Amino acid sequence: MAEEIKAGCARPTGGLVGEEPPGDQPTEAAETKKEVKSMVMIGRKAPDFMAPGYFQGKFINVHLSDYLGKWVLLCFYPGDFTFV
Amino acid sequence: MSIDSVFVHKMWVDHEISKMVKKGVPYPMLSDVGGKVGTAYGVFDDVAGVETRGRFIIDPDGVIQGYEVLTPPVGRNVSESIRQLQAFQHVRNSGGTEATPSGWRPGKVTLKPGPDLVGNVWKVWKTDMERD
Repeated sequence: MAEEIKAGCARPTGGLVGEEPPGDQPTEAAETKKEVKSMVMIGRKAPDFMAPGYFQGKFINVHLSDYLGKWVLLCFYPGDFTFV
Repeated sequence: MSIDSVFVHKMWVDHEISKMVKKGVPYPMLSDVGGKVGTAYGVFDDVAGVETRGRFIIDPDGVIQGYEVLTPPVGRNVSESIRQLQAFQHVRNSGGTEATPSGWRPGKVTLKPGPDLVGNVWKVWKTDMERD
């Protein structure tokens, strides 16, 4: 029987049955992967990207480089409808 | 930007955000399905499959001046983001001749780094100036 999900601020996600959640038993591969993961550096160029967007009733494609010459506040968040 | 599709962004605006903000969201809501952009910025949680609460201030040259990253349950402080933006703008407009001390807001005293200021910050800046 499917169990009910308690709605929290984290977006509910799934995964493969039997797959160990990464971090419980760090394998060598997982540790190597951790090393390559990195934060961007302040004072360096922001990685340019193209992303689809929704703006004032229209779907648009946005390049970060469209905003050169302007100040940009780029915000990431866990998901729509996630309360906070 | 989140891992939601632009269609979900539209539904969220139509069904919820429009009830809080009359004219809807005044800036583009971007979609990062798969988390590639979030990964490049170091804010994609590949275990949960979502972006964390990362916020980046990017200047007119495309250079990252600051960032803040929070876990999902705690919201940001928009006025602090605006304060930082105003401070970075002030520093840029001064051509790098001025620096903004802790708690600076527009109109408050700035610091002009140089040989004369070494050891003398206490003469121009008091700790109670940190507070609003």
